[in-house]
Amino acid sequence: MGSSSGEEEGTNKWVPPSQRPELADVVPVGQDDGPCPVVSISYRDDFREVMDYFRALYSAGERSPRALHFTAEAIHFNPGNYTVWHFRRLVLEALDTDLLQEMNFVDQIAESNPKNYQVWHHKRWLAEKLGPDAANSEHEFTRKMLAIDAKNYHAWSHRQWVLQALGGWESELQYCNQLLEEDVFNNSAWNQRYLVITSSPLLGGLVAMRDSEVDYTVEAIMANPRNESPWRYLKGLYKGDNYLPVADRRISDVCLKVLKDDSTCIFALSLLVDLLRMGLQPSDELKGTIESMENCDPETSHVDLATAVCSILQKCDPLRISYWSWYRTTLS
Amino acid sequence: MGEPGELAADEHVRYIVTAEKKKDSFESLVMEHLRLSGAYWGLTTLDLLHKLQAVDAREVVDWIMSCYHPESGGFAGNVGHDPHVLYTLSAVQVLCLFDRLDVLDVDKIADYVAGLQKEDGSFAGDIWGEVDTRFSYISICTLSLLHRLHKINVEKAVEYIVSCKNLDGGFGAMPGGESHAGQIFCCVGALAITGSLHHVDRDLLGWWLCERQCRDGGLNGRPEKLADVCYSWWVLSSLIMIDRVHWIDKEKLAKFILNCQDKENGGISDRPDNAVDIYHTYFGVAGLSLMEYPGVKPMDPAYALPLDVVNRIFLRKQQ
Ligand SMILES: [Zn+2]
Repeated sequence: MGSSSGEEEGTNKWVPPSQRPELADVVPVGQDDGPCPVVSISYRDDFREVMDYFRALYSAGERSPRALHFTAEAIHFNPGNYTVWHFRRLVLEALDTDLLQEMNFVDQIAESNPKNYQVWHHKRWLAEKLGPDAANSEHEFTRKMLAIDAKNYHAWSHRQWVLQALGGWESELQYCNQLLEEDVFNNSAWNQRYLVITSSPLLGGLVAMRDSEVDYTVEAIMANPRNESPWRYLKGLYKGDNYLPVADRRISDVCLKVLKDDSTCIFALSLLVDLLRMGLQPSDELKGTIESMENCDPETSHVDLATAVCSILQKCDPLRISYWSWYRTTLS
Repeated sequence: MGEPGELAADEHVRYIVTAEKKKDSFESLVMEHLRLSGAYWGLTTLDLLHKLQAVDAREVVDWIMSCYHPESGGFAGNVGHDPHVLYTLSAVQVLCLFDRLDVLDVDKIADYVAGLQKEDGSFAGDIWGEVDTRFSYISICTLSLLHRLHKINVEKAVEYIVSCKNLDGGFGAMPGGESHAGQIFCCVGALAITGSLHHVDRDLLGWWLCERQCRDGGLNGRPEKLADVCYSWWVLSSLIMIDRVHWIDKEKLAKFILNCQDKENGGISDRPDNAVDIYHTYFGVAGLSLMEYPGVKPMDPAYALPLDVVNRIFLRKQQ
C-alpha cells in the first residue's frame, strides 16, 4: 500500500485526490443527496472529495491496490462508514493480502475509535480467518483497550468471542481478579468472572467452583457492601436453587455482618428478605439486629421478620418504594 | 439546573425540521451512512408530537426508496451504500409512519431479512455475518411489521435469545455478554413480538431494571454508569413489556428528561447541559410518551412506533 498519501500521516503533505496522477482516470461520484447549498470549510471539502473518489472506485467494483489504499483513506476520515469497510473486505479477499498487516491497520483505528461497531466487526472477521494462532494477540489487544475503558462493551464482546471461538482461557480468571482488584465495582469484570467459572474448559464448571467463589465474593462484599454486582453474583452462584443458599451459613452471615455496620444497605436487606422467603430460620442474633434498627417499625416486630425487613426497605429505598411494596405482598 | 418546566414541543419540532434540511453540515457528512436511521428518529419524534405533516411525505418516501437495493431486498443507510438490516427496519418503520408499506416488494424484503438467520437461530446484520441480539430484534420486528414472521424459524430465534439470558435476569449481545439495557430492550422486544415473554423472569429482570434509576431520577444502562436520556427508552419500554413500569419513580424520570432540553433552540441531550442531538431528542420524547406525558402520542414499547401506527398495521391485516 505504498502510494503517495493518506496512510503515512504527518510527514507527507496531504494531496487532494483530484491532483494525484494515479487517480487521473477516475471520475469522482458525488453523494446523491438532493440539492445542497455549499458553505465552505476546508477539512470538509477534503473529506467530500475523498468520498467522491471512493464512490467512483466502489461503483466500478475496482479490486486494486489503489482501491485498498483509498478505503484506508476514507476510513481515516470516517471510520463509521460501513460501506467503506465492506468494500475493503472485498478488495482484501481479491488481493490475497497479508492479514496480520491488516490486523495492525485495524488495531490502530480501533485505538482511536474504541466504540465503533465496524472496527470491531472487521477485527472479528480477520481473527476468524487467522484462527487459534490469533487468540493470544487478540487477548492482548482487548486487555490494552480495557485498560483504557474497563467497561467497553465492544472490547468485552470481542474478548468473549475470541475465548469461545479461538481459546486462550488459561489466565482469564486471574485477569478477572486483577480487574476486580483495580475496581471492585466493575460489573463487566463480574460478568466475565461468571462466564469463566461457568464456561472455561479448564475449571470444571459452576458447581466445582462454587465454594471458593462464595468465599471470594463474601470478601468483596465485606470490603464494599454498597456494590450491586457481587450481591447479584453471589445469588447467581446458586442459579435458582432455593435450598443451597439458605443452608449455607456464609450467605446469611454476610447479610448480618453488613447490616450490623450499615443498617440501610439495600442489597443486604434485599438478599436477607430473599433468604427468609426461601425458608431461612433466622437466628436470635439476626432477629435482634433487625428489630433494633431505627427504621424498624415497632409495630411490625410482632409480624414475621421478612415483612419487617420489607418495611425497612420501603423506608430506606424510597425511589423503589413500589417494588418493595409489591415484594411485601408476595410474603403472605 | 432550575425548574425543568414543560416539554418545549414547538422548539423540538423546529430543531428536527431544520436538522433534516442541513444536508451540508459537517455532522451530516459524518452521519451520511446512517441517514435512514436519522430519518426514523426525527420523523417518529415529529409524529409523537402530532407534527408529521411538517414534512413532505412524498419527498420522504421517494428518498427512502432510493436507498433500496432491489437485488438484495435490503435498504442502505443512504443512497449508494450497502444494505443492512439496521436501515431496513428504519425504512420499514418510516414507511409505516406514512402508511406507505404499499411501495414495498414485501416478500423480497422479508426474504432478505429471513436469509440472515443462522442455524443456531441468531441473526447477522448483513452478508458479513456480524451476530448480535440487536439483529434478532431488528429482523423479528421488521418481519412482524410486514406480516412475514412465518419466513423464519421463530422457535430457534427465541432459543438463541434465551441463551443470552444472564444471572441478573437481563440479556447481553451474545451468550455470556453482560446485561445492558439496550440489549435487554432488543431481547425483550423480540420475545414480546413472538409471544414468548414467558421466558423472562419478570420479577428478577424488573428489579434489575428499576435499580437503573439513579438519584438524579435518570436511568443508566448498566450498574455504576451515569444516567443518560436514551436509557429512558430502553429501560422504560422493557419495564412496560414485562408489566413492571410502576416500580420506578416516573415523576423524577420525567424531570430528568425535561432538564436535558434546550428550551431555546430545541433538541434534547444525553445529560443536563450537554449538546443536543437528534438521537437523544427522539429517546427523550419517546420516554415521555411511555410515561403518558400530555400532548405526546402514546408509543408502542415493542415496535418503537406510535401506537396508532401499530394499530393501523395489525388491525387492518386481512391478507
Ligand atoms: Zn445516550
